[in-house]
Amino acid sequence: MEKQNMICVSCPLGCDLEVEIRGEEIEVKGYRCKRGETYARNEILDPRRMVTSNVRVSNGDCPLVSVKTIAPLPKGLMGELIEALKQIRLEPPVQIGQVIIRNFQNTGIDIVATRAVGLDSSDQKHEPEHELKKVSEG
Amino acid sequence: MNTTGRVYRAPEKDYPFFGAFFIKRGEIMERRLRVVVIGAGIVGALIAREFTKYACDVCLLEQEIEAGWGVTKANSAIVHGGYDDEPATIRAKFCAQGNQMYDSLSKELNIDFQRTGSYVLAFSDEDILHLEGLLTQAKTNGVIGCRIDRRDEVLTRQPKLNKMMKAAFWCPSAGITEPWMIAMAAVESMQLNGGRFFPGNPVIGVDVDHKGAVRGVRTSQEFFHADIVVNASGLYADRITQMVGLDPLLLYPRKGEYILLDKKMGSIVSAVIFPVPTKQSKGILVVPTVDGGVLLGPTAEDLDQRCIEDTSTTRIGLERIKSLVHRLVPDIDESQTVKTFAGLRPETPLKDFVVGPTEIKGFFQAAAMRSPGLTSAPAIAKYMATEAVQEGIGIQLTSNPHFRPNVPKYIRTSEQSLTQWDELVAKDPRYGKMICVCNKITEGEIRDAIIRGARTVDGIKFRTRAGFGHCQGGFCLPKVVELLQRYGHIPMDQLTLRGKASALLSSEVRT
Amino acid sequence: MKEIRVDVLVIGAGAAGMAASIESASRGCHTVLLEREDCSGGVLNQCIHNGFGLHVFKEELTGPEYADRFRRQMDEKGVQVRTVQFVVSIDPSKKAVITMSQEGAVVFHPKRVIMTTGARERAFGSLMIPGTRPSGIFTAGVAQRFVNLQNRLPGKKIFLLGSGDIGLIMARRLALEGADVLGVAELMPFPGGLARNIAQCLNDFDIPLHLSTSVVEVHGKDRLEAITIARFDPKTRTAIDGSHKKIEVDTLILSVGLIPQNELIDSFVQIHPTTKGVVVDSMMRTSHPWIFAAGNNVAIYDLVDFVTLDGKTAGQNASRFEETFPSDTLPIVLGKSVGVSIPNKIVKQGDPFILYLRSKKVIEKGIVEIGPGLIRRTRIGIKPSEMIDIPFTQKDLERLRESNLDRVYIDIQEGS
Repeated sequence: MEKQNMICVSCPLGCDLEVEIRGEEIEVKGYRCKRGETYARNEILDPRRMVTSNVRVSNGDCPLVSVKTIAPLPKGLMGELIEALKQIRLEPPVQIGQVIIRNFQNTGIDIVATRAVGLDSSDQKHEPEHELKKVSEG
Repeated sequence: MNTTGRVYRAPEKDYPFFGAFFIKRGEIMERRLRVVVIGAGIVGALIAREFTKYACDVCLLEQEIEAGWGVTKANSAIVHGGYDDEPATIRAKFCAQGNQMYDSLSKELNIDFQRTGSYVLAFSDEDILHLEGLLTQAKTNGVIGCRIDRRDEVLTRQPKLNKMMKAAFWCPSAGITEPWMIAMAAVESMQLNGGRFFPGNPVIGVDVDHKGAVRGVRTSQEFFHADIVVNASGLYADRITQMVGLDPLLLYPRKGEYILLDKKMGSIVSAVIFPVPTKQSKGILVVPTVDGGVLLGPTAEDLDQRCIEDTSTTRIGLERIKSLVHRLVPDIDESQTVKTFAGLRPETPLKDFVVGPTEIKGFFQAAAMRSPGLTSAPAIAKYMATEAVQEGIGIQLTSNPHFRPNVPKYIRTSEQSLTQWDELVAKDPRYGKMICVCNKITEGEIRDAIIRGARTVDGIKFRTRAGFGHCQGGFCLPKVVELLQRYGHIPMDQLTLRGKASALLSSEVRT
Repeated sequence: MKEIRVDVLVIGAGAAGMAASIESASRGCHTVLLEREDCSGGVLNQCIHNGFGLHVFKEELTGPEYADRFRRQMDEKGVQVRTVQFVVSIDPSKKAVITMSQEGAVVFHPKRVIMTTGARERAFGSLMIPGTRPSGIFTAGVAQRFVNLQNRLPGKKIFLLGSGDIGLIMARRLALEGADVLGVAELMPFPGGLARNIAQCLNDFDIPLHLSTSVVEVHGKDRLEAITIARFDPKTRTAIDGSHKKIEVDTLILSVGLIPQNELIDSFVQIHPTTKGVVVDSMMRTSHPWIFAAGNNVAIYDLVDFVTLDGKTAGQNASRFEETFPSDTLPIVLGKSVGVSIPNKIVKQGDPFILYLRSKKVIEKGIVEIGPGLIRRTRIGIKPSEMIDIPFTQKDLERLRESNLDRVYIDIQEGS
């Protein structure tokens, strides 16, 4: 028999839940409404999380674009998602809602951009070197 | 620059051991005197600058990457009146003199100096006796204008002082300044006059020849030939002293902890407030700062000789400050604390400066610069390049007719009128973009700091005051970082808070 | 020097400012929104996590998405957004707002001003923690900006002080990026952030939460090397001897509180002595009739949706220029269990509004009593970290007007 403790996040009460797992059977204690029981079951059988992170953008007005999963992702895939995001390099322009990864690992869940990134428009790129006073040697 | 012709007047006697050449009576030598100053704190920087007033080649060596980042950076920033030092001491000799030099020095170097005056508060008859002693001492030391004021008179000028006081000793010549700015400006002034600055260069040896005269100074990167070496290395003075084979000064650090309050508390006092001192120290003070804040402290704790890098604050030290300041100014509100820090002062058992020539010909001390070292620094610099050199190597240096005393002022838009600021922005829009919102410092000013040598976050902070305000960099740090990259060409992974191993950030999130 | 007349000038383009300016422009007012940063959005731009918009849009959005919705509306309604514009000073006697930008100084002459200047993070220095002053100590907001906008991690071995939401979010962010997040210390005996964040930011990543604990010393000469934590006695608020533990870290992240920013107006407008927030009435007007305010500079909110709603109210009312503007107010007096209320006063002849309260205590089941005798509401799971919102309806206002109360007393009682 396995035991797990968790706090229900369905409402501000934050009931302390105690879950006992005996093979296929799950017993939840400590909830004060049905949502607590549902929450605990989901956390055991199919825990999912919304994941928000960043992806690298080259030549953009920001080096990163923020992204999110459009639906909660199975918790176990979070690590893989981050690894996948690390491999991507985008070029601007990037729109809000643009799909960055479609149907990640066949979950049916897309990863989309949550902000717009334009081309790097800064005209003040770098100060010419000769303008800098040499610190040593007077 | 004059490289030929008379560089110094021959002395009365011959000095056959002097350097690699021979000075004979009446002969004119063509090589300029080489001066190496070790340590670019306020004392070393002003000494190095002073030598450029004469026909010398000056090299200033500093182990940190900026001037003024040792003792100079963390003290009460007070320009003392000079009434507090026993008349027979070396510090008494230099303090009152140095104090008087601050008006012209601050104008030349374009740094902030305010003659706020100071009060020493007396709460008992015994205290008042002490004040009377200060009055006598002031007269002996040549400090003008001091007097003892009755309680009511004092309270009309400083209404927030403790009404339980009976009287206070008033010294009108005391003041406040920004010590690290003086060191940095003195370095720039030295450079403008041909001197050379070598930051990030710790000294590993001083060479003395078989006749007991200095030959030069060794760092890990090069060897600096020298006819004159001045040891102004602050907490490290004994290391340098031992390198030349002299007896150690028995230097030990004295830690002083401080609490800095927000500018909101700034108007609580407008002069430096002292208690009656104890044998230990001048006491825990309440000091206005040049940028409108209030400094509380310092404590005074003697540390072991080896602890010359311990600038940690302690629970006991901070508690001590909090418990003692209310006696001077009851309404001090510690919840307005912006930051706490500690500084070390180099002290010796003599409890006095060690200044002047030594048995090693050409090697001079400017050491044990404990309080009032900051105040005395300009006077010591003057002494070093004139009397000390005369006494030590028998030479009177020739003036450098091309010496320019002034250093360009740092633009501070927060000190300008709106019209002036507007005109400035029309010439360069970067002065219209706010970076440090607490102290109102613009991108143009930060760029100026980078052009004038800042390569670190603190380098910018100490030149511009960006990051000194109550958000402590909460809003400006990411922008300062971006400007260091853009104007300083420093890649993110090499950015530091203040050089050495103080890396600011870590690796990229996404490569 | 340019002088510009506007109807409504909004200062600060974060959530509150954007909402206020949209509302004001919708009502036909010439509305200018000033922002000192390069773009509007405020902290929303760096809050890439979700949890925004559940009330306002009935959707769960990330910070940048939430900000984008408002940018579109500002565009539609014709709000003039001026970025990289810094307010230098405000002169209430001349009704002038002096600003500087890269195009030079501009003096605005607004009929009304809305201050939506937000809050700043409490900095490390003010905590007076003994020890050295190495690099590697950041407030959570600064760390968040480096990570999400400048592509830099603050460090590799991380400890957090303060269990406020910002800190919890950063704990998760850094753990997701492979940093070693060694724990969170919280001085109070209860967490500072939302329960959801404790579960999804700490428990999910096995990051221990040490309650009644704080950092008592910082070690490291140039870069942070270690911190010492200790347990604190909740009654005396001092460290318990023998509970000290030294932990090797290279980064300390602080989320120890937000402080309302009102430097531009605090010399002539009433400021709450404890919270430092600007005192407002139920029409979001300050003690100076020319100036309205909303958002974190009034009080620290925990849901941006509530900030948006109050921003809207400020925008609505600031754009009313009728001669007889209702101004008779009743002060709100807080009982022992309530720490903060927004607003601080109720306009008797004003519109219905939402009252926000922050409890001082953890109360499982409590009754919020307003009046006395006006409103009684039961609330469960009351915590200081989660604001309570209570609508003050038209009926409630009528009853208030009929009563002869000269102040409105609010407290929270335990029990059913």
